[in-house]
Amino acid sequence: MEEVDVEPAVTNIPAARAGKHLGFAWGPGNILVYETFYKASGASGPGCSFIHEVRKDDDIYSPILRKLFNESHHIFVGLQTIREDLPSKNKKSQFVSISKNYRSVLRACMEELQQVAVSTKDAEVSTQYGNQVSILLAIELIWNLCEVLFIDAAPAGSLLLHLLDWVRLHKADVDEKAREVLQSESPAEHQDYWDVVVSYVLQGRLEEARQMLVKQANLQPAARNLYKLMDNLLSKMPFYNPGGTQTPTEFDVKWRHWHGEVERCLQDNSFASNQHLELICKILVGDEDTLLEHKELLSTWYHFLVTRLLFCHPTVKPTELHYYAQSCMTMFLELRSVPEPLDSILLAAFEFDIHQVIKDCSIALNNWWFVAHLTDLLDHCKLLQSHNLHFGSNLREFLLLEYASGLFTHHSLWQLAVDYFDHCPEFGRVYLELQIERVPLDTERKALKVLRICEQRQMSEQVRSICKIMAMQALRNNRLGSALSWSIRAKDAAFATLISEKFLQDYCAKGMFSDLDLIDNLGPAMLLSDRLTFLGKYREFHKLYGEKRYREAAKLLLSLMTAKIAPRSFWMTLLTDALPLLEQKEVIFSAEQTYELMFCLEELTSSLNITAPSTDRTMQEEDIELTKVELLRLALARNLAMAIVKEGTVES
Amino acid sequence: MESINAKYVSQKISKTRWRPLSPSSLQQPDIFVTGSWDNEDNKISFWSTGNNGMSGVEDGLEGDPQLLCEHKHDGDVLDLQFLDQDRIVTASSTGAVTLFRHQQNSQTLSVSQHWERAHCYPCDNAPCTGVVCSSPEIITVGEDGRINVFRADHDGVVRVIENADSSTIHAVTYLRTTEILTVNSIGQLKLWDFRQQSDSPSQILSLSGDRVPLHCVDRHPNQQHIVATGGQDGMLCVWDVRQGNTPFSLMEAHSAEMWEVHFHPTNPDHLFTCSEDGSLLHWETSSHSEMPSFLQGGRNNSMISRSAMAPAGGNQSLISPWLSGDSSKGRVETTHMLPSQTLSVNSLDVLGQCLVCGTDGEAVFVNRQMPI
Repeated sequence: MEEVDVEPAVTNIPAARAGKHLGFAWGPGNILVYETFYKASGASGPGCSFIHEVRKDDDIYSPILRKLFNESHHIFVGLQTIREDLPSKNKKSQFVSISKNYRSVLRACMEELQQVAVSTKDAEVSTQYGNQVSILLAIELIWNLCEVLFIDAAPAGSLLLHLLDWVRLHKADVDEKAREVLQSESPAEHQDYWDVVVSYVLQGRLEEARQMLVKQANLQPAARNLYKLMDNLLSKMPFYNPGGTQTPTEFDVKWRHWHGEVERCLQDNSFASNQHLELICKILVGDEDTLLEHKELLSTWYHFLVTRLLFCHPTVKPTELHYYAQSCMTMFLELRSVPEPLDSILLAAFEFDIHQVIKDCSIALNNWWFVAHLTDLLDHCKLLQSHNLHFGSNLREFLLLEYASGLFTHHSLWQLAVDYFDHCPEFGRVYLELQIERVPLDTERKALKVLRICEQRQMSEQVRSICKIMAMQALRNNRLGSALSWSIRAKDAAFATLISEKFLQDYCAKGMFSDLDLIDNLGPAMLLSDRLTFLGKYREFHKLYGEKRYREAAKLLLSLMTAKIAPRSFWMTLLTDALPLLEQKEVIFSAEQTYELMFCLEELTSSLNITAPSTDRTMQEEDIELTKVELLRLALARNLAMAIVKEGTVES
Repeated sequence: MESINAKYVSQKISKTRWRPLSPSSLQQPDIFVTGSWDNEDNKISFWSTGNNGMSGVEDGLEGDPQLLCEHKHDGDVLDLQFLDQDRIVTASSTGAVTLFRHQQNSQTLSVSQHWERAHCYPCDNAPCTGVVCSSPEIITVGEDGRINVFRADHDGVVRVIENADSSTIHAVTYLRTTEILTVNSIGQLKLWDFRQQSDSPSQILSLSGDRVPLHCVDRHPNQQHIVATGGQDGMLCVWDVRQGNTPFSLMEAHSAEMWEVHFHPTNPDHLFTCSEDGSLLHWETSSHSEMPSFLQGGRNNSMISRSAMAPAGGNQSLISPWLSGDSSKGRVETTHMLPSQTLSVNSLDVLGQCLVCGTDGEAVFVNRQMPI
């Protein structure tokens, strides 16, 4: 067994008290806990009759996060259909854009949560949503970094630009502050003015910093030259242009030149008269102590890292990142001894340790959504190939299965899970087979949807089971027609026989068929079971009889018995049906047919006599049976006579 | 397709309907209602598609549909129809039929009539699968094979046809004011004439052979004998109920169950279908655009010799393009209306130039600039 990474969290069950015994059952994403009936301890009092459900992943029950699951499902399915044979260059840009799509869905969700958290009056709901927002923020932060480092895998030069974008996106409070300052009556005298300017510089937003500085310069005409010098320094700072013709070496030379210029200004004490400008100058030269003095403006160690890289090592290579990251984190967090989970996750990312990132995220976050989707995306980028788990199949599939199983426990989101299972080559199908049978079927519409899922995947076992459930339900409600339709759909011969039997019993009891619309339109489905065939043919006989096509009716009736389609128990009914045909004025049964009918009757009575002495029959019933047989014999004899005469007449 | 607006609503949508416009109004519809299914708490919700009364904003700047009001609904919403501008009738999986009133001034919804267990088995509930209304009459059908007739102002049921069908009735539509048409799960169409007291259908039409379950039905708005149906195999069938017991034409449409079919109410050369396969199709019969549409029938009549197929009484002056020969051969054009998506489109409604549809992906799509 692997060692436990963190102590598991304790969940208190309301029913659990000392002396109580709890039982539990595992579900796919939850556990059922109940109090067991334990007598030996002699505990008195009635037991608790509640069953508690302990959920691992509570996020799927949030109405706003449902949008995240639905939208990301769509992106996920799109990602799975990216063709393998595309040139890798095209693929990379596609993967990056998919990653961005995931993030934009996250952002939209975050904004909505934020809105609700602010607008709601319920304090509890507000904190709950607030917490969710902070979790999503962290997720987005990690995802964005992974996108820059792993998926986009930017080379030296552009790497820093991406990291700058990353910091800017997640440290957006500068913009808010700047808006506040600019909207005030005189921005240059606002108390936060210099904070904004310095923050801009720290994020490398020099153009915006210059525009802010102009306002100050206008207020201080005496220091105009000083401001001009600073403006000059800021405007000349070179940024790498990945699309341009400049080589990294050329850029490096240019940047060193500029860096030297800034250093000279600092040594000359050019800005000594203005503490603010001197501070900016120190930042530009990348002075670590100065940066660390402004922790509250940087607020995080990774901001510090990016700023330090910007002004000291703009051409940092991906492989060198971990060194700077580690040192920045130690420098920045010196007071706080233990880094938070988020810190170690980001550090692991900077160290390019993908598996550590995924592992730490799985532990720290309360939902599977993030790790499942990120891992899937990284797997498509072929970044996870070497890793195989010693259980299940591989990391991607394991996480997807966990996520999808969680979805499947949801009363409504289960449909999404199907596509996730589809894209787990090893165990997906087994999971789906086990789960799909357990979807509660309240309406036929839902049953049809579940059936469609099974039929598309050739899961014939499940199709049969669902149809059977529906047929049983219909049968219980005495809807024979529906029940028959379902068993025909499942091609369930045994059940079709059972229902046909019911139809025939119904007929014997009432003397008429119910559900004619169905029986008349069986078509080829009739061949599913012998009994069903008989039912259909017998109804056909009635129809022919009704249409006064006696000869065809008689032929059909006889063939039902001679071809052994009719069950023996039904022969008496058939023979009774023959009575009116025998009694017609014209001869319908030929002599030969009459012989066959007689043979059938004899066979029936002899077999009855063998098993006959059943005591549960009343005398009266026995009498009726006997009279029937007598009547039949008489009618058959008369018909035979007439037929012989008629046939003889025709021949002569 | 750019003008399609998607909104995720955190509930699987089973039905969407535009609120009907008042006859005098020349505006486009702007309010629609949705019903959800398979949720722990199902709802019916009214949505507005922006420009609240501010007409003239036509440059596609309208935002998302905004929620106006919602009301809890017991069970899945299996069907939804407007009785008039303010009242809707819902069919529930619990077998209940409910009449809701929408107060437009205060944007509230309230139950104004509720028929519990309108559809039921002796000891269980039977889902009510379809409802159709023509104020004040409301007709419902269900899995129990029963047809109920209600009146909006009556507590009781006006007429019941027990065992109207031995299998599930999936949908119902008016053919004429006294005649309705139902489709069932064994591929039959049944005509019911309420002038007759008998409890058996006046006519049964069926697909030959395969008994493919039919899920939806719609009648041509002008030519009442033309009916379109869709079923489990995703085929679109057009029927002429006056002649023959089999469909007039069969067209390949979807690869899974077709859940709804609708003729465009004012421009019936256009037809819309949606399906479990996640697509929504726009069908257009090749109308000869240089000819005014009212001349079309006559022209077709003279060009295509159909005398052999015309009924004996044959004084029809118009032949719908839907019935003019075999429509599969280039006479009908189809376009996909939705970007690729995998989950079922359960419902659609079309009115004027506006289309709304709802999916199992918990999204509502609205297109307010249909090329019609």
